[in-house]
Amino acid sequence: MPDPLPPNPDPILNRPITPELVKKHGLLPEEYALIERRLGRPPTITELGIFSVMWSEHCSYKNSRPLLRGFPTERKSPAAKYGRVLVKAGEENAGIIDVGDGWAVAFKIESHNHPSAIEPFEGAATGVGGIIRDIFTMGARPVLLTNSLRFGELESPATKRLLRGVVAGIAHYGNCVGVPTVGGDVYFDRSYEGNPLVNALCLGTLRHDQIRLGRATGVGNPVFYVGAATGRDGLGGAAFASKELSAESAADRPAVQKGDPFMEKLLIEACLEMMAVPGLVVGIQDMGAAGLTCSTCETASRGGAGIEIELDRVPQRETGMNSYEIMLSESQERMLVIVQRGREREIEEIFAKWDLHASNIGSVTDTGRMVVRQGGATVADIPAGTLTDEAPIYTREAREPAGLATTQAWTPEGAGLPDVDRAGALGALPRLLSHPTIASKRWLYRQYDHMVQHGTVVGPGSDAAVVRLRLGDAEKFIAISNDGNGRYCALNPYRGALIAMAECLRNLACSGAVPLAMTDNLNFGNPYKPESFFQLRECVRGVADACRFFDVPVVGGNVSLYNESPEGSIDPTPTVAVVGLVEDEAHVTRQFVPGPGLSLVLLGGAPTELGGSQFLGIVHGLKTGDAPALDLAGEKRLDTLILGQIRAGRVKAAHDLSEGGLLVAVSEMLFGPGGPVGAALDLTGVAVPRTDALLFGESQGRAVLALRPGDAGAVLAAATEAGVPAREIGRTDGSGALAVSTSRFQASWPVPDLRAGWETSIEVAMRRPGLE
Amino acid sequence: MQISVLQFPGSNCDQDSYHLFASGLGIPTRYVWHKSDSVGDADLVVVPGGFSYGDYLRCGAIARFSPVMAAVKAFASRGGLVLGVCNGFQILCEAGMLPGALIRNNSLEYRCITCELKVQDSSETLNPRVLGAAIRLPIGHGEGNYRIDEAGLARLEANRQVLLRYDRNPNGSIADIAGIRSERGNVFGLMPHPDRAFERFHPSQDGLAFARAVLATRFPELLAQKSA
Repeated sequence: MPDPLPPNPDPILNRPITPELVKKHGLLPEEYALIERRLGRPPTITELGIFSVMWSEHCSYKNSRPLLRGFPTERKSPAAKYGRVLVKAGEENAGIIDVGDGWAVAFKIESHNHPSAIEPFEGAATGVGGIIRDIFTMGARPVLLTNSLRFGELESPATKRLLRGVVAGIAHYGNCVGVPTVGGDVYFDRSYEGNPLVNALCLGTLRHDQIRLGRATGVGNPVFYVGAATGRDGLGGAAFASKELSAESAADRPAVQKGDPFMEKLLIEACLEMMAVPGLVVGIQDMGAAGLTCSTCETASRGGAGIEIELDRVPQRETGMNSYEIMLSESQERMLVIVQRGREREIEEIFAKWDLHASNIGSVTDTGRMVVRQGGATVADIPAGTLTDEAPIYTREAREPAGLATTQAWTPEGAGLPDVDRAGALGALPRLLSHPTIASKRWLYRQYDHMVQHGTVVGPGSDAAVVRLRLGDAEKFIAISNDGNGRYCALNPYRGALIAMAECLRNLACSGAVPLAMTDNLNFGNPYKPESFFQLRECVRGVADACRFFDVPVVGGNVSLYNESPEGSIDPTPTVAVVGLVEDEAHVTRQFVPGPGLSLVLLGGAPTELGGSQFLGIVHGLKTGDAPALDLAGEKRLDTLILGQIRAGRVKAAHDLSEGGLLVAVSEMLFGPGGPVGAALDLTGVAVPRTDALLFGESQGRAVLALRPGDAGAVLAAATEAGVPAREIGRTDGSGALAVSTSRFQASWPVPDLRAGWETSIEVAMRRPGLE
Repeated sequence: MQISVLQFPGSNCDQDSYHLFASGLGIPTRYVWHKSDSVGDADLVVVPGGFSYGDYLRCGAIARFSPVMAAVKAFASRGGLVLGVCNGFQILCEAGMLPGALIRNNSLEYRCITCELKVQDSSETLNPRVLGAAIRLPIGHGEGNYRIDEAGLARLEANRQVLLRYDRNPNGSIADIAGIRSERGNVFGLMPHPDRAFERFHPSQDGLAFARAVLATRFPELLAQKSA
């Protein structure tokens, strides 16, 4: 049996480890026993803290890792000019995809749900800061941000407070570091009341030869700590993120970190400058969740090496911090850099230029162990691999939520729900358009700098954002779309997840982009609850199957479990984001019709279902039925058709049908930056059993194209050939009204009225008396 | 012709300004680090947007002490052209090179939108005859609410120092002021971003005309070239 470690310089850390202390660290008794076996002795309190954060769900994915193995991390089809996976998911801080001409993109999404629930401004801000570090640690310059947000219903004062704080936090951080926030998706639903979701995505660009890895290699190479000093903030944040929220969570506020975007901006510039020096950087990793602990043991483990650090040399902004506090601190804006031995001066000079700390805190060893010293004593000595690859892994019990089959079998006819009549339709459309989930998110995105770096081609508010990248002498156009409908996933986890992917890809097709790769954020409830684990398992299976079917590899992502509040679990919410490439600037397509006189063609047929729709939710107060039908092969045919017609130069505007269905989609197409446009739709020839399903149903695999009338014939013919149902449903005009004829009734709405409700409903809800 | 774009810690529109002049107007442009004591051989010094020093304490309050600012002042006192955009405008006000101050938007929120701006008759080159009655430029700021005392405002108006006014005031600025020039006419500051209005896909390309009109203060032939 190895000798016990010497006493810690701080006597408080020399107490005996009790079962209560183990429990407080979120570790099970059997997990503690495993720690003793791996160490061959009882851990010190510092080591207990280290294990608790590294074996938390946030760092170890212990309850989700077996499921995640189902994700494809490479393309099946050989990539042609671009699309090759250069760094795979799970290997590093973010995956990297070739975009051609020697350039690549790195991107990833990550959650900061629990911190944002407790302290929305700092929680969201540090979420943005963390994901930006994940990207530039790969050697990439961050060029865009998006986010997926979920809140409770906006009527609730608590939701307003959270929304205001989260948006201000994202704006505060993203605007200051100078990375544009170009898009995202936002849903409001009761299930997120008290447990909002804040998933932030960053994408960066780099040349293939600029890729840097988070690996400690080369015995004797020095380990540098760069960036902000370490304080007591964010102590044990990773463990905190792996607990359910409770009334006592507010007392956890010290576990929420405070961000400094100015420091991050300096760190980005200094690190990129350092990484541009040939051969200087051996490995680099940000200190995110579990801070110094995670960055040291992960770099050592990946590099197959050991690492030794001396805590007395760690810059500290508070006095008297003990080893437990320093190792577990989640102070922001810090990085760990392994430097080529003998070149310490070079890194020190670069960081001095930027007025930042660069401290040599240790070195790479060949022991495979992570050794931490303070005040001359060894305070932790752990085989690095036991913290990372050898963390315990569980497959939890899964059980289909009671009543799910009954819910899925629900039909409007069975429930005796009357079909919509003219008056009902007249009232429903403005209600849908002004519901915060469907309404314009202008109130949010006008607070985000979405134009800095002067590359934004299509900003927030269209199907996908498009950003022009300057890559050396080349220009490339990147498109990105976020999606994830928790309502569908609650009703049918597997299909809901398929739909999230399908919708992202449809958005990209409508924007003129070819998909490259995806990143996902899995937001679920407590995995120890069999119903939650069932939802997680089924959604992961759905995302993985969709990725395989569409041959879109996963480049990385994040798992956030324990999303529960005293009200119950959130709707299962896998948020997915797909990045695509627009091959030619001329292919960039928006959802807004440019003017009157265009033919509107509906692709994908007419729906006969209402399940899971916003119409059911907003008009009838129901979250029921099955998730909408989805035909993967049909989706692929649709996307290929749309892209083909865009490339043929025939598409003036394209918009996919999603929340709210056909009338919402056509309305949104009329809300462009130009003058007042109208449209007349003739649906009298469409034979469907229910008019509400026709107008507001959310069947998948559909889109509306706006075309010059002379091109409509060619597009309809191409659709027939491709096996995509297509029908010309009307024309845009200068009437300023949206008029619809169905076989049952005719209805018409003034577009300015519809638009006003859509554009201002969130602003009105968020208005503060006395301002503006 | 030669342009110098300053870089402070926290500048983040430095590359945007660089490309406005280098790519948009095809004029040789270089960066000047804030620790430099010279602006270099320049015909125009651009103080770009961003969050210099994190905008801590007050926007522009720390940047004005950077070594390069002494050089900028000396350059301006010799009649050199200086253009401050957004945070650059805030820095020039803090440095006393332009009158007034910029405080928090009256909405208490950051605003990133495109604004319609009424062009004022301010000089031989910055006026509606050259630029048209209105131009469209994006804004992106949380502290663009221009403030000046009554006497100062009267002086601005009397000297025709207001360059641009918002058509719909986005931040509470006094007299809808979006940009001004110094009394001598060689230092310019504005909150809207000409550096976000020059690419074919930007909301407008009016940034090019505006930047050209600023340069034409010293190089009138630029305007002749354009009409030719």
